[in-house]
Amino acid sequence: MNITFLLNGETVALQDAAPTQTLLDWLRETRGLTGTKEGCNEGDCGACTVLVTDKNGTRALNACILFLPQLHGRALRTVEGISGPDGALHPVQSAMIEHHGSQCGFCTPGFIASMAAAHLNCETDHDRTLAGNLCRCTGYAPIIRAAKAAEKAPVPGWMMQDRQMLNDPDFFLPEISSGGAKGRGADSPPSPLRPKTTDELACYYAQNPDAALIAGATDIGLWVTKGLRDIAKPVFLADCTDLQQININKDHIRIGAGVTMSRMHDLMRDHHPSYAAMIRRYGSEQVRNAATLGGNIANGSPIGDNPPALIALGATLHLRRGETQRAIPLEAFFLEYGKQDRAPGEFVEAVSIPRAPDRLRCYKLSKRFDQDISAVCGCFNITVEGGKVASARIAFGGMAGTPKHASHVEAALIGQDWGEATVRAAAPAWAQDFQPLSDMRASGGYRLSAARNMLMRYFLEDRGAGVCLHEVTA
Amino acid sequence: MTVSAPLPHDAAALHVTGRARYVDDIPTPAGTLHLAFGLARIARGHITAMDLAPVRAAPDVVAVLAASDLARDADTSPSAHDEPLLSDGSVHFHGQPVFLVIATSHLLARRAARMAEISYAEETPILSIEEALAADARFEEGPRVHAKGDAAAAIAGAAHRVEGQIEIGGQEHFYLEGQAALALPQEDGDMVVHASTQHPSEVQHKVAHALGRPMHAVRVETRRMGGAFGGKESQANVPAIACAVAADMLGRPCKMRYDRDDDMAITGKRHDFRITYRAGFDGEGRISGVEFVQYTRCGWSQDLSLPVADRAMLHADNAYHLPAARIESHRLRTNTASATAFRGFGGPQGMLGIERVLDHIAHHLGADPLVIRQRNFYAASERGGLSAPRPSAPPEDTSGKKKYQTTPYGQQVEDFILHEMTEALVASSDYHARGEAVAKWNAANPVLKKGIALTPVKFGISFTLTHLNQAGALVHVYQDGSVHLNHGGTEMGQGLFQKVAQVAAARFGLETEAIRITATDTAKVPNTSATAASSGSDLNGMAVKAACDTIRERMEWFLSEYYQHPADEVIFEGGQVRLGAHSLSFEAAAKLAYEHRISLSSTGFYKTPKLAWDRVKGAGRPFFYFAYGVAVTEVVIDRLSGENRILRADILHDAGASLNPALDIGQVEGGYVQGAGWLTTEELVWDKAGRLSTHAPSTYKIPACSDRPDIFNVALWDAQNREDTIYRSKAVGEPPFMLGISAFLALSDAIAACGESYPALDAPATAEQVFAAIQRQKNGV
Repeated sequence: MNITFLLNGETVALQDAAPTQTLLDWLRETRGLTGTKEGCNEGDCGACTVLVTDKNGTRALNACILFLPQLHGRALRTVEGISGPDGALHPVQSAMIEHHGSQCGFCTPGFIASMAAAHLNCETDHDRTLAGNLCRCTGYAPIIRAAKAAEKAPVPGWMMQDRQMLNDPDFFLPEISSGGAKGRGADSPPSPLRPKTTDELACYYAQNPDAALIAGATDIGLWVTKGLRDIAKPVFLADCTDLQQININKDHIRIGAGVTMSRMHDLMRDHHPSYAAMIRRYGSEQVRNAATLGGNIANGSPIGDNPPALIALGATLHLRRGETQRAIPLEAFFLEYGKQDRAPGEFVEAVSIPRAPDRLRCYKLSKRFDQDISAVCGCFNITVEGGKVASARIAFGGMAGTPKHASHVEAALIGQDWGEATVRAAAPAWAQDFQPLSDMRASGGYRLSAARNMLMRYFLEDRGAGVCLHEVTA
Repeated sequence: MTVSAPLPHDAAALHVTGRARYVDDIPTPAGTLHLAFGLARIARGHITAMDLAPVRAAPDVVAVLAASDLARDADTSPSAHDEPLLSDGSVHFHGQPVFLVIATSHLLARRAARMAEISYAEETPILSIEEALAADARFEEGPRVHAKGDAAAAIAGAAHRVEGQIEIGGQEHFYLEGQAALALPQEDGDMVVHASTQHPSEVQHKVAHALGRPMHAVRVETRRMGGAFGGKESQANVPAIACAVAADMLGRPCKMRYDRDDDMAITGKRHDFRITYRAGFDGEGRISGVEFVQYTRCGWSQDLSLPVADRAMLHADNAYHLPAARIESHRLRTNTASATAFRGFGGPQGMLGIERVLDHIAHHLGADPLVIRQRNFYAASERGGLSAPRPSAPPEDTSGKKKYQTTPYGQQVEDFILHEMTEALVASSDYHARGEAVAKWNAANPVLKKGIALTPVKFGISFTLTHLNQAGALVHVYQDGSVHLNHGGTEMGQGLFQKVAQVAAARFGLETEAIRITATDTAKVPNTSATAASSGSDLNGMAVKAACDTIRERMEWFLSEYYQHPADEVIFEGGQVRLGAHSLSFEAAAKLAYEHRISLSSTGFYKTPKLAWDRVKGAGRPFFYFAYGVAVTEVVIDRLSGENRILRADILHDAGASLNPALDIGQVEGGYVQGAGWLTTEELVWDKAGRLSTHAPSTYKIPACSDRPDIFNVALWDAQNREDTIYRSKAVGEPPFMLGISAFLALSDAIAACGESYPALDAPATAEQVFAAIQRQKNGV
């Protein structure tokens, strides 16, 4: 398939590119740009971080799980392009030298890319923007000192170039077919679909239910890099802009399946801050910049963090197959482990959340605070009227084969006095709702105890007790 | 003077621009082939049938090799010749390399490697310490024992006793650059290998063996590693040998890098330990006797497990004088990847054992653990500092020679400086006031509990295999005055090259820009030791100094003749050479010397003095000196979940007269966080079949950015090494790792605030472990 993008300010036009070749392999093996490193090949270490600019701005992304077609029409900047054309260092590069921020240096290009992206976007929450970059040598302290030192330095001119070029009407971007056309060679497979509208997607997918829908590729990327699978019919959703819309009316917030977790974070900050705080721990900046809400739901994982929060909010899932659209409560989508209520050719189009006063609290329990998959993710939405529990929506990830409602616990709470005695009295209900497994993240017994204690935490927090580990200082 | 200047890492500018080259970045000749291993999918048993035809038929596969296809024995072990490159039909761990795929790309090799059909006759794997003990599966004939006095009698006669047990998990190195090697076949059967290794000479030796060639036919080059931490001391042999064997067989360059998941499955990790202990002490907490039994899972092959287990025994005292001690060490053979070197090399595990004992004693007596620690410290060296109460100075014997307290293995502790360091850190960290504030917090907060702990480090410096304590260097001064520097040490991020360049620059009175640091190369400096045991700058710095001084002496001799000026008055300084009234640039001096046929090239050699160690008896002086450090960590835990966080760490670390304080502080900060990671979030989990479940960063959690302490104060204890080391500096690679123990014991302190019993926390203290320890508390408050 044909792909055009800017690479460190130069136009690159690839013809007949393999659609599931990763950007990292292409950079290192085809282009000889070896500054970008492979540390884990699964989006967990950030050594391959690059900057990608499109009309929405500049984001840090992991090149190891980014397929080349996702770059079409965008501008890519690697560590080689972060210093100026005359070799002048970017302020974050100078600061990293001055503050001794590199030791073995292998993670450093990825850090530089994340730092340059944050610098460009005037982000100074370095713990957040660097959570997806692992360093094994420095203990991070000098890296943070460097990031802070560079905060005030002006953005170098060459870092503005990508946005300027993409906005330049003269920037040459060949019109591409949205796919389905034959490749150039007689035997080459049809070019993957790159729909520009949801209608186009729906039409194709209904007829090609064996296609793989790829938005951010943070999950499907691993099918390729770790599962070593062939993706027979990839469909790239990056340009399907109507799937990326957020609509807010007085009753509902409707979020398109293609909305990234970064945008979801910003959205929830205004409506459900606790949900936003959890999303802040979902993957890393690089992952949130790619991963989409639809992907996190549609893959049906029992440990995705969005479904429990959305179920607790009473979200509705909008599904579509061809012209047929239907809406179901989100929890009804998850039938059992690995099985969802989704017909062949049907896809997640959007999620809508009823607007209501914010009573949601999300508790994510994982071995590491940042960038870790939840052992338990518990989301609570309990309303109290006249001292009694009026409604309770409680949902969990990591506690069963699917994201799951705590219906027995809810029943034990509703109508009772909102007090510690009620919370304790609900204890037996937990084992009725959940019989969690033991795995490398946590034992089943611990999961159950921790889940139970999350209700106590909700109660204590509601009473204003200090129960947030991250608000404590020495 | 370049020595002691806080200069940046020599490659810092290359790191930040992506121009620093690692093995996988080296441009390869056309036709380079790529390798991947096919791995065993059982932990123990035999291969009954192996169909590699589908692998051979996979796209762009050039060759597939099983053990029977190798012309020679390709052993990869650094010690016991017990690690064939490919399984000989028996399988010893899940992930053991069984066959080797050679294809035209990395991805195609990996894909093909999954296509084999292998049948196994499975046997029940030996995975746990209990299983290994039951099967008497061990290395060496029985446990090793170090004994001093009659520990059992001392404990029996003591007024107080504690006993207990601690489980100490292993640790994945998680160097960011995985294992990698590139072999380039040369004319007449010679081989050049670029390897990401801490031990190029070992790679050379093992590759030569596998090729059936003398060592002179193999040249190994290592410019840098993307992290190593001990994980590339012996583990790097495997991909290098695989590449060399394939390149030799096919006559084409061969490259191999492990995918991360393969790397974590194949390579060894830090040894996990179980330590049981009994201690007797008086009402003041003074220890009269201690007994330890250390059990460690070594994995399937010997690798470096014997010296690792030795070093755990040698650090069972840490900073404390033990009048009577018995340390018993069991080196158990299990069907897991062979545990290997990892920063501290057993020292951290041994040290955690005694720190646990001190903590337990303090809890038993209801005393401040700091006071108990100080009471048990070794006596101060004669070069005391501050004037706080401490054990009396060592008595003099009749010869007038100081007598020092001895370790359980009989080495006199001559340089003990922890009294002064501890006092200084107690003051700078405001330890006492913060301890009170923690207690006050805990009284007021039912859910979130704080803890604080101060722990010391005394770490022995030298390879315990005495002959390894040697190093060589090669220095050339060119006629333009530029200096080419080479030595046997390898650069893995620690800044060794920069430190050694600073030594060379100082010897010639030059700036470091005049010194070119070049890749470690077995053809330039032969018979080198691994860059390990924190020895890099001690050994190589001295060897480089010797080489530089030889050249400088020749220049001095020549110039004094030339200018008719006394040789001992020649001064090399500020890029100039001065002889009284005569002054010329170093460049001019070099040119003049060249034109007068003076050799401007020299090797240098160093061997550590004073070492005498009998490993079997466990007696003598294994260490040239000790490096010290002390840390205070404050943490907070959440009783509802066991989640926890480091709030503040204060560290004072002894790097002697630092060669480069900026790089040394980098080692301390990084070591602390890595040590704290080992004891908190880094949990290795094997399933019942012996498969490592945590084989990727998605499941194995090293510290991330926000896991560093919110407040992180690190300072160096600025005092010269009393031993004659390079510019009186001290080794700094491993010792700071063990400062992380303070984080673990601070967690234990916070758990103790949840009830009345001693927490007996196991490591790693994941949220789940902390939660379990809280649940075990009696009369929880």
